[in-house]
Amino acid sequence: MKTPVVLLTGYLGSGKTTLLSRLLAHPEMGETAVIVNELGEAAIDHHLLRRVDERTVVLGNGCVCCTLRGDLADELRDLLSRRDRGEIPAFGRVVVETTGVADPAPILYTLLGDPVVKHHFELERVVTTVDAQHGLRGEESVKQAAVADRLVVTKTDLADPAAVERDLGRLNPAADVLAAVLGELSPAELFGGSERDPRDLDFEDSHAHDGDVHAMCLTFDEPLDWTAFGIWLTMLLQARGGDVLRVKGLLNVGADGPLVINGVQHVVHPPEHLPAWPDDDRRSRIVFIGRGFTREELERSLAAFNGAARGSDSFRV
Amino acid sequence: MCVLCGVLLNDHWAEQEGGRRGRVFRRRLLNRVLTVYGLRLDDWSGRVWVLRDRKGRAAVVDNLGAVWAEAERLAGRPLDPLDPDLVAALS
Repeated sequence: MKTPVVLLTGYLGSGKTTLLSRLLAHPEMGETAVIVNELGEAAIDHHLLRRVDERTVVLGNGCVCCTLRGDLADELRDLLSRRDRGEIPAFGRVVVETTGVADPAPILYTLLGDPVVKHHFELERVVTTVDAQHGLRGEESVKQAAVADRLVVTKTDLADPAAVERDLGRLNPAADVLAAVLGELSPAELFGGSERDPRDLDFEDSHAHDGDVHAMCLTFDEPLDWTAFGIWLTMLLQARGGDVLRVKGLLNVGADGPLVINGVQHVVHPPEHLPAWPDDDRRSRIVFIGRGFTREELERSLAAFNGAARGSDSFRV
Repeated sequence: MCVLCGVLLNDHWAEQEGGRRGRVFRRRLLNRVLTVYGLRLDDWSGRVWVLRDRKGRAAVVDNLGAVWAEAERLAGRPLDPLDPDLVAALS
C-alpha cells in the first residue's frame, strides 16, 4: 500500500505553517512525516521534520513544470528507507509544505515521475491556503489555487472571507473551500472525505480573479473514446500546457464505471478506473482551468477527435 | 528497458490501456491527425514510435507525449488541436 502524500502550498504569508503546526498538534493527526522548505517558528520539532534545500535537476526539454525535484525525491526515499529500518516511527502520511512562491507542478511531477517514489507514495491531495485579507496575488498564487483539491481560506478573523471565497469558487469550482480561523481545522476536515464529483458542479464559465484565467466545464452525453481522448489531451498539453493550469474530470469511456482524469499543466496522473458509476448519470464531465481558450473551442476539438475514432475501427478499454 | 534496442520503455499515462490492439488503434488515429501536417507514424516492434516526414527525415520517440514535440520539430510549426483547420479535417 502506497503512503499518501499531501502537498500543502499557498502564497507567502498565507498561513501554511500555522495551519500545519495546529494540525500536527491535533490528536487525530496520527503519525505524519513532514517535509518543509523553510522552517517556521512553529513548534513542530517533535514530529518527523526534515529540511529540504532547493536542488533541482532540469530534464531535457527544460520545461519548468516538468522539472524533477531531486531534493524532494531524495528526502522521500530517505524517509522510506529509515522507516523500513525502524529508525523512525512508522508514519502513515507525508505532508510536503512548499515555499510560498513554489510552482507546485514540479513537485507533482516528482511524485508521479520518479521511479522509486511513485511506487511507494501517491498524491492524496493538494491543499492551498489563501488569506482572506489579500486573496489571490499574482501568477503563482492563481496557479497554486487552480491546482488545489482543497482550498483553505485563512485569517478569517481579520477579514471577511466572502469575496475571496467567491473568487476561489470561480477560479477552481472543483475544489472544496474551507475556512480556518487561527489555523484551526481538524485533520478530518482537511484530509478526510472524497473529492467533488465533477458532475455535481453547476457553474457558468467565468472569468476568474486574475484576468484571463477561466474555469470551464465540458460535458459530453455520449461515451468518449479513451484513445482519442489521450491523443487529444497530450496534443493539447504539448501546444498549450503552460496555459492549462488544471484538468479534472470523470469520463464515460464505455466501461462499467467512469475513468478519473486529473492533471496539472503537463503533469497527468495515471487514469483511474472506478468500478461503477455512483448513480444513473453517465455523462462525461471535464473541468478545465486555464487561459487562452474557450469551452466551445475545447468541445469542438475533442468532439472532432472523438468522431475520428468513432469513424475508425473503434477500440474500447 | 528493451533488451534488443536498449530503449527505455515508458509507462505514459495515455498508453497504459489496451495492449497490442490498443496500440494499433492508437497509431491509426494518430496518423489521422499527423497526415494533416504531412507526417506519418510507424510502430517499431511495439516498443517505440518512428515519426517520418515527406522529406524522409525520421525521429524515434518513446511515447505519446513525446510524439507531439518531435512532430512540431519535423513540421516546423506548432501543432494545435484547437486549430480550426485541423478540427475541420477531422470532422
